[in-house]
Amino acid sequence: MTTVRFLLNDRPIEAVGVSPTTTLLGYLRASGWTGTKEGCAEGDCGACTVAIVDAEAPGGPRFRAVNSCLVLLPMVQGQRVYTVEGLRRGGAYHPVQEALVDALGSQCGYCTPGVVMSMFEACYRGDLDKPWKLDDQMCGNLCRCTGYRPIRSATVTIAGRRPSDSFSGALAEPAGDRGFRSEHPGAVFITPTREAELWEALAEHPAAKFICGGTDLSLAVTKRFEELPEVISLEGLADLRRIERTDGGGWRFGATALLADIEAATEGELVPLHRMLRYFASRQIKNRATIGGNLCNASPIGDIAPVLLALDAELELRSAGGSRFVGVDHFFLGYRKTALSPGEILASISIPPIPAGARASAYKVSKRRELDISAVAAAFFVELGPAGEVTTIRAGYGGVAATPARARHFEAALEGKPWNRSSVEAAILTLHDDFTPLDDHRGSAWYRRTVAANLARGFFLETEEDDHPDLPDRPSGTVAVEVSR
Amino acid sequence: MTTPPANQDPDIATLAKLDRDPKESPLHKPARHESGYAHVSGDARYVDDLPPPAGMLVAMPIGSPVARGRITRRDGSAARTSPGIRGVYFADDLPAERYIGPVIHDEPLLAIDTIDTVGQLVALIVGDSLAACRAAAKLLEIDYEELPAILSIDDAIAADSYLGEPHRIRRGDAETALARASVRVNGEVRVGAQDHFYLETQASLAIPGEADEMLVYSSTQHPTEVQSLVAAGLGISRNQVVVRVPRMGGGFGGKESQAAPFAVLAAIAARDLRRPVKIWLNRDQDMVMTGKRHPFLARFDAGLDNDGRIIAAKIEIFAEGGWSLDLSTPILDRAMFHLDNAYYIPELDFYGAVTRTNKSSNTAFRGFGGPQGMVVIETILSRASERLGVDPAEIRARNFYREGQRTPYDQELTDVRLQRIHDELLASSDYAERRAEIAAFNGSSEHVRRGISFQPVKFGISFTNSMLNQAGALVLVYTDGSVQVNHGGTEMGQGLHTKMQAIAAHELGVQTASIRVMTTATDKVPNTSATAASSGSDLNGAAVREACETIRERLRPVAADLLEIADPEALVFVGGEVRHPPTGVSIAFREVVNTAWVRQVSLSATGYYSTPNIHYDRALGRGKPFHYFAYGGAVCEVEVHALTGEHRLLRVDILHDAGKSLVPTIDRGQVEGGFVQGLGWLTCEEVLWDRSGKLLTHGPSTYKIPAVGDLPPDDHFRVELLSRADQESVVHGSKAVGEPPFMLAIGVVTALRQAIATWGSPGREVALALPATPEAILRAIEDLRSPAADLAAAAE
Repeated sequence: MTTVRFLLNDRPIEAVGVSPTTTLLGYLRASGWTGTKEGCAEGDCGACTVAIVDAEAPGGPRFRAVNSCLVLLPMVQGQRVYTVEGLRRGGAYHPVQEALVDALGSQCGYCTPGVVMSMFEACYRGDLDKPWKLDDQMCGNLCRCTGYRPIRSATVTIAGRRPSDSFSGALAEPAGDRGFRSEHPGAVFITPTREAELWEALAEHPAAKFICGGTDLSLAVTKRFEELPEVISLEGLADLRRIERTDGGGWRFGATALLADIEAATEGELVPLHRMLRYFASRQIKNRATIGGNLCNASPIGDIAPVLLALDAELELRSAGGSRFVGVDHFFLGYRKTALSPGEILASISIPPIPAGARASAYKVSKRRELDISAVAAAFFVELGPAGEVTTIRAGYGGVAATPARARHFEAALEGKPWNRSSVEAAILTLHDDFTPLDDHRGSAWYRRTVAANLARGFFLETEEDDHPDLPDRPSGTVAVEVSR
Repeated sequence: MTTPPANQDPDIATLAKLDRDPKESPLHKPARHESGYAHVSGDARYVDDLPPPAGMLVAMPIGSPVARGRITRRDGSAARTSPGIRGVYFADDLPAERYIGPVIHDEPLLAIDTIDTVGQLVALIVGDSLAACRAAAKLLEIDYEELPAILSIDDAIAADSYLGEPHRIRRGDAETALARASVRVNGEVRVGAQDHFYLETQASLAIPGEADEMLVYSSTQHPTEVQSLVAAGLGISRNQVVVRVPRMGGGFGGKESQAAPFAVLAAIAARDLRRPVKIWLNRDQDMVMTGKRHPFLARFDAGLDNDGRIIAAKIEIFAEGGWSLDLSTPILDRAMFHLDNAYYIPELDFYGAVTRTNKSSNTAFRGFGGPQGMVVIETILSRASERLGVDPAEIRARNFYREGQRTPYDQELTDVRLQRIHDELLASSDYAERRAEIAAFNGSSEHVRRGISFQPVKFGISFTNSMLNQAGALVLVYTDGSVQVNHGGTEMGQGLHTKMQAIAAHELGVQTASIRVMTTATDKVPNTSATAASSGSDLNGAAVREACETIRERLRPVAADLLEIADPEALVFVGGEVRHPPTGVSIAFREVVNTAWVRQVSLSATGYYSTPNIHYDRALGRGKPFHYFAYGGAVCEVEVHALTGEHRLLRVDILHDAGKSLVPTIDRGQVEGGFVQGLGWLTCEEVLWDRSGKLLTHGPSTYKIPAVGDLPPDDHFRVELLSRADQESVVHGSKAVGEPPFMLAIGVVTALRQAIATWGSPGREVALALPATPEAILRAIEDLRSPAADLAAAAE
């Protein structure tokens, strides 16, 4: 049992005697803040959305809509949290509330508090410069009544309005201290704010699980009702979330860089990764989930891995004794198993520059385009020699094996061959030596096999005219082969 | 995509104008949702948000892990002594009636000895917290002897496993007529289940009062049924039970019958422990334990002439009822009543039955069998159009009902609006021009193709169990001129309260702000029907109108007296005033009311309405089950990818018949929301079970309802309500709107089929499974491209 201090709707809260695995949603509802709803407890419906100030965000402090069902209470230590109840000030509704009421964007009203908070983030965002970004902003809020038209229409009217009000004022307030330490046996939760503290904590609790955004690990609490007896959060280590360009046009992502920040940084710059992030979870998830978390949980359907495999990323594994570096294709050892040793964390991910003339792209196929887990994900990188022969090829796949993996047979079949349709077709025949996908509720083995092959075809078609093809505003498929409209 | 400029929505402009002049009658005008501000501020309270009454306990229902079997042993002693546990209940602990059900009581509230589905309620654990209940659940000792289960419609047919009585409707001699048809389309079509996925899961709070009194807050569409089942479960009379429904976070049919077991169990525990007890299901429990939209299997043999006109059809449909009857019989009936949809079928033989399987008991869901029925005839017409090469919109129009024709169950159709909707919509959506553009596009695109469709809908309005078509209201006017309206309907988001507010404000001539619509409660209006069958505003609206009229007519002489005029019939009640247009004098409503009180005039009244002249003889398959029909049309355009089977909706134009809309903004919301829910059912929502009958898709991570990006861009999702559409003998000329738009989404399937067909040779039929997931679409495309299929077609 522990005490967590944070600001809720600008009022100081001291949550005394709570278990460190209490969710923010659970705490709010039990304390009478019932405006925020539980619709699923798995971060997939958005009814529990609240806004948190990210005071140390790249580019300056900003609001982040997050799923409060996946936020464990110690994660908001020293943070500013806003719920739907906090938007009305002095009896006046917030512009997002007025806009939603006028558009009749609520029917039953149960998803509405979450919708309001996602719109709230949109209202203070300065980077919603393309229509698809509004869908990306709102896709984490499921509504079963309205059919979304009025919600989208209301969001359009308030997005990027950035009124100067007490909320924009709150963004200018200094960041609170995230440091947190609860040492009760069976309820250990430590948020170090300096790297030395991390190694100390790890030495004391070698079996501790690492958490950052909690978008995966929190499910153990909210869905499987398990205990998390020892947890070390990496969120307090500001250095670990840095996004940098490296010499020659490469990239280095700190392991706890948020997917939302990587999405913003890579737009138009690192197109294959950005493409994947466009249809990667919801805004709320991307506002909490980290690139390192996506890799370290080593799920066969983590969508970042195929892209990193294709782009030949290198991972920095760090321990108290220093760093070692492994290629991403040596990181995944088996189903949910990685090359991380005890006492080691994933510290950063480096992507080498993409040479001029190289072709690269990434694809994801799922039952629903937004906020769904992929049936198949794939990413490709091809470099051609002077005669148009393939000199380098990397094909990373997800969803077709126990881990994300390179399609080695496929790659070998193309190595040295001319980059044309018949070579690609011949190489596709070897894909069945690479993968034996399974049947499950996301797709049959037949579908996965067929799509795995078709994505390779799609990559060839797409890159005939453009080396790093981007998606149009509203693509109707993951492969952008539409005739231009 | 072009982004619509801020506030271009004409409704929003009208709202602003009404804000400036609230003195007009709000009827037939745009309005905000009655609870809109409460929704967006977090003030709106649902059952689970109510402040916990002192001493409240929480309860956790325990479901069976096996689909079929017998309980051989149950022991709750360890669970009972677990920390924080106040009670553990099995069937033997139930005090009175042990069975429930909406039509017949065939569901044991807690399993007695046999188990008939995974998730069947076996025990109830009550404790101080859900964590305590979960810990205790691990200590429950229940042994099951597992038996072979029936897990599909096909297995049920093979095992002769049925619920209720079959239904047959015949006209003419279908067999002989089929023999002379130049085109025969036969085969089968299957549609899957759909989870309601109301955002608010099932919730009930039971608060015991003095002696036998029990107050139950329930998230239910049918408070009266909850009241009667709670009374039966406790063995007390119904007057001891009050059920209140603050509002629901969505219902869609899923809380018509299936809120009841949780309310009854909460009440039983509350009575036993003499403390308030709440049952709230988490998402996984809700999805596992409650029923879904009925899957259907249809086998059909239809005959058409060379122009695509239907001559005859033989159709057999089998609904999957799940383990108990629930509302399956009327759902089957409505499916039967909608096998024709908008089309005249001269000779026909329809047969329907409900199969019994070891799955959760399927239940009401928007459309109530109607969508499953319509999919059959739409599949027949799509296949015929593919075979004949007739435009899918054209083949539909050729088969439209004409004025005076009779439905399969012999109801004469009058005021048929199909042709008008077809003509207006095809013109406004530029159908012909776009059809030509799409053909040109498809001719030049290898991997991406488009399709466009026209989808008409005709949907019967009334409960098909005729006696249910009744409603009551209780209106209370206070001496300051403010008004409380009680009616029997429940608010689940559909805007019923907004409409009732508009009707009451109109009848009494007061401003909307003066009308408070009260929490639905069984002690205000008794013996109500479920808020279902799209009937909420028709029935309750007429009752509210009658109650308000009664009060207004009592006030009329008082106002005439105060204004000193001799012709009270000339008085107009509007906007909070009583006006006398001939003289221009007026008086405030509140003054009239206050004077009425002084003069000892009653300021409260009840209203009552029943739908006249409807009846149906199920044995004969003949009657007039519907008071009228709602019509609508949609033109949908899609784009399909052959590499992945993905598709996107490019544009949707809808023209829907809501009569003379009571509140157009609310009706538009019903049309948009219904369409998208139908889109989900037909394209991305796939309920899947494993081979032992366990649900695999029990949360939004695995069960995908449409998200915002699945819609066409705003300016490509165009919904209009049919103009000049007054409906005779319905309150203020309006029409029911809750369910009919759901079925407009079938047009998306037709458009997908058209796009997919372009990868086959002309005359080839498309085999597209539903829901049309990317995988189903890719299979349909691959099927058309396979040479084997071409050979088979050639041999035919």
